[in-house]
Amino acid sequence: MTPAAADRAEYVLRLGDDALIAAQRLSQWCARAPELEEDIALANIALDQLGAARLLLSYAGELAGAGRTEDDLAFLRDPPAFRNCLLVELPNGDFAHTMARLLILSAYQRLLYDWLVAVADERLAGIGAKARKESAYHLDHATQWTLRLGDGTAESHRRMQAAVDALWPYTAELFAPDPLCQRLDEAGYGVDPATLRDAWLVAVEPVLAEATLRRPVDGPAMTGGRHGRHTEHLSHLLNEMQVVHRAHPGASW
Amino acid sequence: MKREEREEREERAWAAAAAVLDPELPAVTIEELGILREVRAEPGGGRVTVTITPTYTGCPALEAIRADVRAALAAAGYADADVVTVLRPPWGTDDITAAGRAKLAAAGIAPPGPRSGPVAVPLTVRCPRCGAPDTEQLSRFGPTACTALRRCRRCAEPFEHVKAY
Repeated sequence: MTPAAADRAEYVLRLGDDALIAAQRLSQWCARAPELEEDIALANIALDQLGAARLLLSYAGELAGAGRTEDDLAFLRDPPAFRNCLLVELPNGDFAHTMARLLILSAYQRLLYDWLVAVADERLAGIGAKARKESAYHLDHATQWTLRLGDGTAESHRRMQAAVDALWPYTAELFAPDPLCQRLDEAGYGVDPATLRDAWLVAVEPVLAEATLRRPVDGPAMTGGRHGRHTEHLSHLLNEMQVVHRAHPGASW
Repeated sequence: MKREEREEREERAWAAAAAVLDPELPAVTIEELGILREVRAEPGGGRVTVTITPTYTGCPALEAIRADVRAALAAAGYADADVVTVLRPPWGTDDITAAGRAKLAAAGIAPPGPRSGPVAVPLTVRCPRCGAPDTEQLSRFGPTACTALRRCRRCAEPFEHVKAY
């Protein structure tokens, strides 16, 4: 049986919001990265995330059936209506924080998109088939930097470890069991992220070990994003992202 | 007879669309890049529908390609043309034609190695200028989404490489 369109719309919105907010944060590095090649790399990764976000948000808008476009969803919602995980909305921090986040996120997205390829929803499967190829490059990039910084100087090691420690409490939300995702997974229309955690650890833990980083202990989890309870950082991010669109409603070029 | 006419219209429309150059890699056409998928003409001189697929999801050139295809079809006499985008099967660098690879190399952009095949062999990326096999990667991410940046250790020239995707 096909799940309710409202469920499917909510699910796709979560994936799209993760990609959109990740894209916005990554693009904030533009012209600020430690070297020119890295500046281009981060902008490229941001563009990939934005590409996935556009496909996902367009589809979420169609599924919801209220006639909202990708732009309506990106620019005309207030923070409580966003469904992204808290991980992606946190400030960039230093370069080590940005790379630790990219490692966590891309290892998760790679697995997620891999599994999406097999869902019964053809449109979503098509998006997964594209995005998984791009996630592989993001994961590779984050892995290289994690190794270089973690197993680098005393200072780079200290910063990389601090970044992993600071972000680890936010990883639980990615894999939190959730009735909506379970329903969709059982119907073959989505992936229950709780089923991805073991594979994610298998991907991430060896990178941390090789980078001589300590894998943090699992403690209290920071959650709420999937239900619209966000940190203050999302408000500031959205203010900047939405200001032109809201100041000039319906403008185009 | 009608069917033949329609097929002939589709062939001419395909030729018009296939001549459009990629805006970011203008050495190759969209056909050579492998992103032109299908051209269908409605019977009786009706609408022509062109199907393309993006290289990368966020490819900013896609809007320009859509506009260029519509303009090329209009110039060829197809005023009522629609360009649609499909994601499946996803584009890969194996979709670049042999002619496309040769043109990329001639333009100083190293073509991608094959992704699929009976045996996975890591192939050397040769310098497109001097042909030396001794090249190094400067960055996995180049000036466009589909290229990486490399440098030749012999002639020291930097060059773009269409990375396997």
